[in-house]
Amino acid sequence: MGSGTVKDAALAGVVAAILALPLAGFQSVDLGTAGLGIETRFSYVAIGAGAVFFGRLALAFLRGLHVNVPSVALPRFQGGRLLGGVLVAAAVALPFVPFASRDVIYLGTTILIYVMLGWGLNVVVGLAGLLDLGYVAFYAVGAYSFALLAGWLGLGFWEALPFSGLLAGTFGIVLGFPVLRLRGDYLAIVTLGFGEMVRIVLLNWTNVTGGPNGIAGVPAPTFFGLPFTPRAPHDGMTFHGFFGIAFDAQQKMIFLYFVILALALATNFLTLRLRRLPIGRAWEALREDEIACRALGIDPTKVKLSAFAIGATLGGFAGAFFATRQGFISPESFTFQESATILAIVVLGGMGSQTGVVLAAIVLVSLPELGRVFAEFRMLIFGAAMVLIMVWRPQGLLAWREPSIRLAAAEAR
Amino acid sequence: MSRLAVEHLSMRFGGLVAINDVSFSAESAEITSIIGPNGAGKTTVFNCLTGFYRPSVGRLALERAGTTHLLERMDGFRIAREAGVARTFQNVRLFAGMTLLENLIVAQHNRLMRASLYSIAGLLGLPRYRRAERDAVDRARRWLDRVGLLARADDVAGNLPYGAQRRLEIARAMCTEPALLCLDEPAAGLNPAETSDLMRLVLSIREDEGIGVLLIEHDMRVVMGISDHVIVLNYGRKIADGPAQSVRRDPAVINAYLGEEQAA
Repeated sequence: MGSGTVKDAALAGVVAAILALPLAGFQSVDLGTAGLGIETRFSYVAIGAGAVFFGRLALAFLRGLHVNVPSVALPRFQGGRLLGGVLVAAAVALPFVPFASRDVIYLGTTILIYVMLGWGLNVVVGLAGLLDLGYVAFYAVGAYSFALLAGWLGLGFWEALPFSGLLAGTFGIVLGFPVLRLRGDYLAIVTLGFGEMVRIVLLNWTNVTGGPNGIAGVPAPTFFGLPFTPRAPHDGMTFHGFFGIAFDAQQKMIFLYFVILALALATNFLTLRLRRLPIGRAWEALREDEIACRALGIDPTKVKLSAFAIGATLGGFAGAFFATRQGFISPESFTFQESATILAIVVLGGMGSQTGVVLAAIVLVSLPELGRVFAEFRMLIFGAAMVLIMVWRPQGLLAWREPSIRLAAAEAR
Repeated sequence: MSRLAVEHLSMRFGGLVAINDVSFSAESAEITSIIGPNGAGKTTVFNCLTGFYRPSVGRLALERAGTTHLLERMDGFRIAREAGVARTFQNVRLFAGMTLLENLIVAQHNRLMRASLYSIAGLLGLPRYRRAERDAVDRARRWLDRVGLLARADDVAGNLPYGAQRRLEIARAMCTEPALLCLDEPAAGLNPAETSDLMRLVLSIREDEGIGVLLIEHDMRVVMGISDHVIVLNYGRKIADGPAQSVRRDPAVINAYLGEEQAA
């Protein structure tokens, strides 16, 4: 460790101090009648700068020892199938473990919504390589189409679900047409614009969408027609009444949890299956080289639109579920922040990796929740976790691509 | 049987005339080479033929099984799909992240897509699709074997050495079952042994498949060794057209192109 390392660490410390000074160095305090005052917290700045200085030194020290900081993805991740099985088993068992409180099941449901959204976006971004920053638009279309169908036609969740998906899928095709010629950064900007357009339309089309007030009273799903309510609606039956058990508000939450689990697993099954079909291989080929696709007689328009449509349909299903769980939707749930989170899940998970999406969704959704214990530091912890993932695994948590077909296996069939 | 007839092809980019009134034809079961100094317009001819450019003037007719396809009016992917023109690229364009086998199966996309009833039969796993997929794997396997890459079928294409990537690209083009194969400088960057392998491969494609091969090449050993018919371009004009031996002695060609080599 030469003086260069110390200098480098000192520089990092100074930069951290400069950044921390306005961010953590001052705090506004309420002085009662005297108004608002500023309190300085220079000790926080010192702690931050010190942590960066020593962290940087430690990193250099580790590198010097040749304790290689592994920065490339593992050459091959063998346990994918096993890990997948464990995750599914854990997901099924979750509501029945002793610590499964209301909060845990609620968080589990939220994670599963993001897993499903991540899998849906994975078709567009991970497989077809189309960087879509406006995915939340389809989530919103799914949610609003269910809420409106329920409000106007009195459709229940299960009847409206296919329509939500269909409408979102149609939107995917409609929004896909204008961006067919765009790739990469340009596509990202235009889809970002589309996402915002959908949100702003929802916000301003007051007589249909309720504008900023949103739509309340979205019906909850029923268990084969049995509602999860304390009392039955006119001479009908309720879930707890039918099974002769006591009413418990948790029953509905557990049911919702299993609904989204089933939807997510169906999504996973569908995408894994599509990946092994010509359409899925064409998506991946398009991601690799569009010009070569053309030269092989593949129509890039159809391939792109099919990816947009399938991704959007899956987002629409997730949206309908979101609406039925919340019972209330408003444009605030469909901001760019959501698109960014879903994209982060796909990218951090390892583009195209199904299990990676699950792990990333667990990390990204539960970290801010669990971080509530640390109150004001939770965004700091969140940011640090993102940086760590990018340093240690720049290709994403699981970045191993399983070939869609293997010669020996294909010939054995 | 197929026959490509190019008549009065011109391509202008603004004021620049890249190809100026070029006519030639390429027969099936023949290797037709297009040669010429750098910038003579060879790759532009390919790009017009395969729909990457729309020619300014000219008629590009490909006769295949009694039907005439007018390539100048078709989109690039339809030229490959319907007229059966397959091509390789000067700087290899493989699906680098996918395996060799996958590369060759993607090349059979249209046939498989029909067999899978646009994914429905495929999703249901109907025997109709499974049979089509097995055929596609068989075809891919045959071509992997022919280009000597069968042992690496499940490796990622981007990890292959350069020469093998070029052979795989030819195999991928052949998996589309084309009527005309266009090779853009297939020997560029190959060592002498690899070049000999390539010549054997192109000759065997002509013999066994009976399709027309259109070849752009700078390596004169390849051009003179395997061509049935050579077309020489210079500054976008055709200056010679005929069997390799007569083109070689053509004074205009010697002047424009080979002359420099002979003088040296």
